[in-house]
Amino acid sequence: MKNPISGLNKVFDNRIRLGVMSVLIVNEEISFNDLKGMLEVTDGNLATHLVNLEENAFIKVHKGFIGRKTNTTYSITKQGERAFKDHVKALEGMIKGIK
Amino acid sequence: MYAENEPKQALEEIKQMMHRGSRFVNLSGWSGVAAGVSALAAAWWATKKYTDYGVTMQDYETIAPVTRTEKLVQLDHELLLLALITFMVSLLFAWLFTILRSQKTGSSLPGYLIRKIVVHIAVPMLVGGLLIWRITDFGLYGLVIPVCLLFYGIALINAAKFTLSEVRYLGYAQIALGLLNLWAIGYGLYFWAMGFGVLHIVYGILMWAKYERNEKADA
Repeated sequence: MKNPISGLNKVFDNRIRLGVMSVLIVNEEISFNDLKGMLEVTDGNLATHLVNLEENAFIKVHKGFIGRKTNTTYSITKQGERAFKDHVKALEGMIKGIK
Repeated sequence: MYAENEPKQALEEIKQMMHRGSRFVNLSGWSGVAAGVSALAAAWWATKKYTDYGVTMQDYETIAPVTRTEKLVQLDHELLLLALITFMVSLLFAWLFTILRSQKTGSSLPGYLIRKIVVHIAVPMLVGGLLIWRITDFGLYGLVIPVCLLFYGIALINAAKFTLSEVRYLGYAQIALGLLNLWAIGYGLYFWAMGFGVLHIVYGILMWAKYERNEKADA
């Protein structure tokens, strides 16, 4: 039998990265500040995890402007969506395994 | 490596984040109660206006395209002003109670969800407003309140996907009242009091009992 733990994605071990993905999967696009408020984290902390997710090609960054202020928004990639769903499936598999 | 030790907890957190990320859950039941009380007060005020001007509800809510007397036009303006004030007061209280609740529980107000809700409510309301404008141009005053109820119901159903799903049922109830009113022209003020008044209060109390009663203040 396949080990369910093998389906877990190391990138999602972190709560904040998992939180970002959870919010992005239900929103087409979301700004840095809205993400920050939703996850209740500091700027630097969130930025580090976003870079990590971007390097894994799980999220896409869009840089825009509102007037003169920069407005950076994020959206999930196809690859990110697949990885997130596999991760959730693996978690569900583990629960079933315990029972 | 909490995820491997606690898959159940991790899934629970994912579910919670997906819910909080897609729905505005900070709306307070007290907002509904306040909107309902303002609407009832406005309805009572309107009946006083009818008495002041010496017209009955059925005289006023006519669907016969007759030219309105100067007196009635004056009453129209006063009632329109009353409706606008009621709307503003309701919005103000909705905002106030929602902010108070967020402060109490220490949760943030997601701006992008508020924007989505505003747009999804504003579009049907503006269309309804323009329709009412034309309806009054044609002298069909008896249709004003049914159209208010119908478009408000549509707006609620439209916005319900971004907030508590119960808002949808409030929307269906408003539409049902609006439709009934279409076959009871001349009694709009009763339907108004029922829809914007009683239904809001009942909804507000139910939501408060379901979500806020046992809510703890953020330590």
